Amino acid sequence: MLNPNIRKQFPVLKHIENGHELVYLDNTATTHKPLRVIERMTKFYTHQNATVHRGVYGLSQSATDYCEEARKKVQTFIKAKHEEEIIFVKGTTEAINLVAESFGRFHLKKGQEILITEMEHHANIVPWQQLCIKHGCTLQVAPIKDNGELNLEAWKAGINKNTGLVAFTHVSNALGTTNPVQEMCDFAKAAGVAVLIDGAQAMSHIEVDVQALNCDFYAFSAHKMHGPTGIGVLYGKHELLKIMPPYQTGGDMIDVVTFEKTTFAVPPARFEPGTPAIAEIIGLGETIDFLTEIGLNNIFHHEHTLLNYANIKLKEIKGLRIIGEAKEKNAIVSFVLDDIHPHDAGTILDTEGIAVRVGHHCAQPLMKRLEVPATIRASFSMYNTLEEVDKLVAGIKKIQGIML
Amino acid sequence: MSRSQQLYEAMILDHNKKPRNFSVMDPHTHSSHGKNPLCGDDFYVYISCNDTEIEAISFIGQGCAISKSSGSMMTEMLKGLPIQEALELKESFLEMVSTDISPEKKKSLGKLKVFEGVKDFPARVKCAALVWRALEDALGAKSGETSTE
Repeated sequence: MLNPNIRKQFPVLKHIENGHELVYLDNTATTHKPLRVIERMTKFYTHQNATVHRGVYGLSQSATDYCEEARKKVQTFIKAKHEEEIIFVKGTTEAINLVAESFGRFHLKKGQEILITEMEHHANIVPWQQLCIKHGCTLQVAPIKDNGELNLEAWKAGINKNTGLVAFTHVSNALGTTNPVQEMCDFAKAAGVAVLIDGAQAMSHIEVDVQALNCDFYAFSAHKMHGPTGIGVLYGKHELLKIMPPYQTGGDMIDVVTFEKTTFAVPPARFEPGTPAIAEIIGLGETIDFLTEIGLNNIFHHEHTLLNYANIKLKEIKGLRIIGEAKEKNAIVSFVLDDIHPHDAGTILDTEGIAVRVGHHCAQPLMKRLEVPATIRASFSMYNTLEEVDKLVAGIKKIQGIML
Repeated sequence: MSRSQQLYEAMILDHNKKPRNFSVMDPHTHSSHGKNPLCGDDFYVYISCNDTEIEAISFIGQGCAISKSSGSMMTEMLKGLPIQEALELKESFLEMVSTDISPEKKKSLGKLKVFEGVKDFPARVKCAALVWRALEDALGAKSGETSTE
């Protein structure tokens, strides 16, 4: 386990909720930020604020340099070949929309199929569905098994000569299932199909090597990896990015503009119109330094110790059923309680200072497949402790005491 | 009494476990479907009324303890009530679950006062309100679909 002193680096954990020290178990929704990330962003606004790419004056040149350093840090962190393969976007949702609009509309042909899975977040369903409506493609959905694992054979069988793109999540936000992404990429690439991975729940939990994966696109958000909100990354292979048209147009992404015609900048600038989220980009760079210093392996082991302990303790509770028991999981536990609606459970846990997510987790088709209206979800991070798992268990017993 | 026990009064828990008038009513003169997609609360409200009075009322569906008990107690309170009074009661109820109300209004709500604690849980106001909005929608012959999200 990581040294519990790590909690001191996250000021918000001192927050008192309903008279209790905050037990934050909603890390899948968003994660807390270490002080050094907050301070780095404050330092930028306090002493270094300027826009980027207007480098005739010193402050702007420095701001540009900080952002480009952050791009290099992301490149190193996910082991991309070129720094131009790192596109700064608002988050995972925008990254997927960018690919659907730019790659999908211009490089997929009418009648081609897009294959997703039953466990996707709405952000990895709806952009493809909309593309299919506008562009005449067909959305195919690979099934999951009852234990929350992808039915890999069915997924493989879903790839055929008409498949233009496969999009799947690295880790399910609702169930915690970790997909066999390497095997999936190998299979899809051997079939000549483009691959997008939704990495929102993988970053800061699992090491990601986009070159080893050989995926075409990898999308993630900074705020789910202890970085700022409003900034995320689309990784795209350079050979694809350079032939993809812009997703949005305007300033900063152009080469030459006349009233008759505009030529566009090369990637990544082509996909980064307008003034970027400069402080957030710099904050993301600081986040990566922070994660690298702690070590992703150490984080993985800490979180899995919590996951294993939570699994044991939760299963001892009568009337509790865990939803999603894949062999490979991240530290996310979804569960339901007999005769108690998740929203009532969530409210009572809140009065105990325990923050969990209750609901459909932006995965309505998955909830339908699992035949539950909603679940209670506890998700763990580097700062959570075994004592907090015990508090969750005590909270659940309190819920049952009140409601049953 | 803890905060959560103040919300989950004994009467609310009883109506959650044993909802009254919990059935489809066919035929009916009015109905509406109330649904909060984000949390999954999903109820149908059925009403049989003449020109002035609610003769029979029922509800069916699924949701949390607050939404279900709200439906159960609503149907108990409204049966046999003049439509105008039912609509006034609805207004008072919706006011009570979101803000402080006058003692007179509170008195008029009778046993529905057990939902007073909901106003301290802003995220749950929509749960308590859902069946009442469906009632409003049904009697107003509006879309037949409503939501409090």
